[in-house]
Amino acid sequence: MSARSDVRTAASSPPSGAPPASPPASAPSRDEPWLFRTYSGHSSARASNALYRSNLAKGQTGLSVAFDLPTQTGYDSDHPLARGEVGKVGVPICHIDDMAALFDGIPLEQMNTSMTINATAAWLLALYVATAERQGGDPRKLRGTTQNDIIKEYLSRGTFVFPPEASMRLTSEIVGYTVDRVPSWNPINICSYHLQEAGATPVQEIAFSMANAISLLDHLRNSGRFSEGSLAKVFGRISFFLNAGIRFVEEMCKCRAMTALWEELGRERYGITDAKMLRLRYGVQVNSLGLTEAQPENNIVRIALEALGVTLSRRARARSLQLPAWNEALGLPRPWDQQLSLRTQQILAFETDLLEYEDLFDGSRVVERRTRELIVAAREELDRILAMGGAVAAVENAYMKQKLVESHTARLRAIESGAMTVVGVNAYPESVESPLLQPGSSSILKVDESAERAQIESLRAFRSRRNETDVRAALRGLEDAIQAGQNVMPPSIAAAKAGVTTGEWTDVLRRVFGEYRAPTGVGAASAGGASDVDARVRGRVDALSQRLGRRLKLLVGKPGLDGHSNGAEQIAVKARDAGMEVVYDGIRLTPEEIVQSARDEGVHVVGLSILSGSHGVLVRDVVERMRGAGLVDIPVVVGGIIPPEDAESLLAAGVRRVYTPKDFDLARIMDEIVDVVAEANRAA
Amino acid sequence: MSAIDATPRELARRVREGDRGAVARALNLVDDRRSAQRSEALDLLDALEPPPHGRRIGITGAPGAGKSTLLDALASALRARGRSVGILAVDPSSRRTGGALLGDRFRMGASTRDAGVFFRSLAAREELGGLSEVAGASLDVLAAAFDVVFIETVGVGQSEASIADFVETLVFVAQPAAGDLLQFMKAGILEWPDVFFVNKSDLEALAARTATELRAGLELGRGHDGDARAVVLSGSARDGIGIDALIDAIDAHHARLEQTGELARRRGAGRVVRVESALARRYGRFGLARLGEREPLARFVAAHPDASAERLIDMLGARFEAGWDAARAERS
Repeated sequence: MSARSDVRTAASSPPSGAPPASPPASAPSRDEPWLFRTYSGHSSARASNALYRSNLAKGQTGLSVAFDLPTQTGYDSDHPLARGEVGKVGVPICHIDDMAALFDGIPLEQMNTSMTINATAAWLLALYVATAERQGGDPRKLRGTTQNDIIKEYLSRGTFVFPPEASMRLTSEIVGYTVDRVPSWNPINICSYHLQEAGATPVQEIAFSMANAISLLDHLRNSGRFSEGSLAKVFGRISFFLNAGIRFVEEMCKCRAMTALWEELGRERYGITDAKMLRLRYGVQVNSLGLTEAQPENNIVRIALEALGVTLSRRARARSLQLPAWNEALGLPRPWDQQLSLRTQQILAFETDLLEYEDLFDGSRVVERRTRELIVAAREELDRILAMGGAVAAVENAYMKQKLVESHTARLRAIESGAMTVVGVNAYPESVESPLLQPGSSSILKVDESAERAQIESLRAFRSRRNETDVRAALRGLEDAIQAGQNVMPPSIAAAKAGVTTGEWTDVLRRVFGEYRAPTGVGAASAGGASDVDARVRGRVDALSQRLGRRLKLLVGKPGLDGHSNGAEQIAVKARDAGMEVVYDGIRLTPEEIVQSARDEGVHVVGLSILSGSHGVLVRDVVERMRGAGLVDIPVVVGGIIPPEDAESLLAAGVRRVYTPKDFDLARIMDEIVDVVAEANRAA
Repeated sequence: MSAIDATPRELARRVREGDRGAVARALNLVDDRRSAQRSEALDLLDALEPPPHGRRIGITGAPGAGKSTLLDALASALRARGRSVGILAVDPSSRRTGGALLGDRFRMGASTRDAGVFFRSLAAREELGGLSEVAGASLDVLAAAFDVVFIETVGVGQSEASIADFVETLVFVAQPAAGDLLQFMKAGILEWPDVFFVNKSDLEALAARTATELRAGLELGRGHDGDARAVVLSGSARDGIGIDALIDAIDAHHARLEQTGELARRRGAGRVVRVESALARRYGRFGLARLGEREPLARFVAAHPDASAERLIDMLGARFEAGWDAARAERS
């Protein structure tokens, strides 16, 4: 099939080649399809630009930029905390030349770009606007989304930087700026996506994200910045980012429930009457939590069914859709894997008759009843949170976090016990060898380890060619404006043009606002029903503790910038239930800090969790530093998205066990931690 | 755990120098229940007994009062004053599983990452009141290594009394409107703390009311060291307000204890209570009574000023068990 290079017209018609460019005259009229996106970006701005161009040529109609963790948390690529993380989970963007390279040959005026960026959203938007202007574009015509939802960062994703109050201020200033100056931009994308990834039930997903939206809207209304008329415009610009799991009928009802609740909220709480403004607009990335490492080709089917869930009902259809790759649980997807996900969307939109009908479910008693039930339960949960003082209060008192940890724990228990069927994992595990996973051939994308070095070199070259006087003046202007309570966007755009870097911009804000550490939610998460397995493992923990002279003590550490703490938290809770004393330090630790904790706390074993793909550098660093500190008898185990070749090299480097997403049986992991500690203390 | 490749005396010397690796190993050793290790631990603790020792300060208060945040601010401020800091944070254990989630290192934040702050979390284990038996020995180790040593526990009324025996200055972190005066009195916390810190003064009116009520309550009774009344301060740990004043108040309290001779008396009495309660825990109140009343116990402790409290516990324990065996032998 010939690929189209014209970025714009690929948007809404099927690609040229086999299917006709427009339906035959006799065919019924079709709805416009949603935007096709793929969440992508890696290694460098240049490499990501090539990927974007090739995706657009294949019929992708919007871009979804993945930034690397240093960019998301406001560090330049040469900062010590960035070590091993540069270009791993996304593209590194340190300054305007990086941004310009990322969109080289892609006219921003004509693109619709979603940027997964939160704490540093104002900065990346400033770079985007400055880049558009450099291309000769008009910022008023820019279309796209900054994710900019900080509350869910505290709850699950972990790339927050500033305290909640300062974060709310930044969010509302981005909203204030874009409503006037970049009117087609979606300044915030309230995410229930990450809540589901953290274990949320549909009811929690609805209630927590609505509570989140309310806290933002109340903040905006009370800021006095918006007149009644412009508040309606603001309401209309708020979009959502949803998740969709494999229970696709319920997921479809969830989308309908949210659509109804959002309209009700707009009318009743904010007095909005314009039907267009009241319409819930949302994009979707379907579930990654349910994708399996075992028999990974099954994920192709899961992803297609999940896509169906959010497109089936016309009245609650996603505006944009991005599908994960079938082999995501194994590592970074290759271009071919991403292409398969895009083709899945295209088949759904262009081959099937999905877009030819009115809503299929209006009048369905079953769908109506399930939707109603979700609305009622979500309203109840929402009222509970509002009574607590709203979403910010429910983050600070860890209520929402605890509920998520509990739901996630319940989900894992259900998989362990078999109450929830996962084909290929706890049912029908037998499989012939998959031709898609040839031993020896790499079935995932490897980020070139030299990318980090190249990025640091190019950053240093950029610093040496910019005008330092301009940079210092821009940073001073930024700080003064923030201190004076002025909108952060204009001085940020000026800073972008002057050559300020991501780390410098964030450092100014860190200085003014301070840094924040969110509650973990593990301390208070109730243990739930302990199974027989727990009792058996507890017995082994007790016996080993006796032999060691004191209770088995485990350090759970998350080195690097990856903030996905769900896995680490589940391990911590399970280990506590198994009778271990567990030190959990939270996220974003340097290898030095982890080694210091291991020594000071006198632990028997260290468990590291890394999902960003930076395990190679970070784990080795921890292991070497432990050796250097004389902690040779403390074994290290590692969990994360770790391909088999990497696992082997980690084991060779002295790591005792490596766990990947296929190891869902936490009781077995606990059992093995006991084994590992017993082996390391044979002499004891 | 790593074999102690140094003799207890050598380890003690390195602990006194503030060698963090040695401190960590010493803490592991005093926590070890095996008999060979226990004997090494006693040698170590004896060697750590002669002064100088760092200040011992207790931090207590209800969950959510902001103890960890305050400790974080205190540690940073003390580091800025050039003093080394050791922290022992006690978290509850599950009674059912024996497991514990020790989250204080996380709650405290920045200062735990400072190489000049030594932080050890401790599970409360079987003790409901919040202090495990190993807490006293752990504090002995930390006080030999660092200028200022904190022990943090969740306040549940009774535990204030027991933590007071381990420390020279006890700071109670109060929450505005956490309870009115009656609640404080009911919890029995008014008589133990030396300093009250009403945290979160951003809730200004409430904080002022709480401070006033505390002061009024303290007028009614007296502090446990006789003539000195507790000090009531307010501030905000989160915003770093009132931290320097709190350190000054702790220093002033310590200076007064030193001048009046109360410091020596408190340390002596604390040793007696530690020995007494450890024996009561091992042999029950009934068993303790068989060892004699409090006076002879106090005389025994005073007669061995160079021995660590843990040594005295084991000596008296051995004596008790020998007597028990003798009595059994007589009966049979």
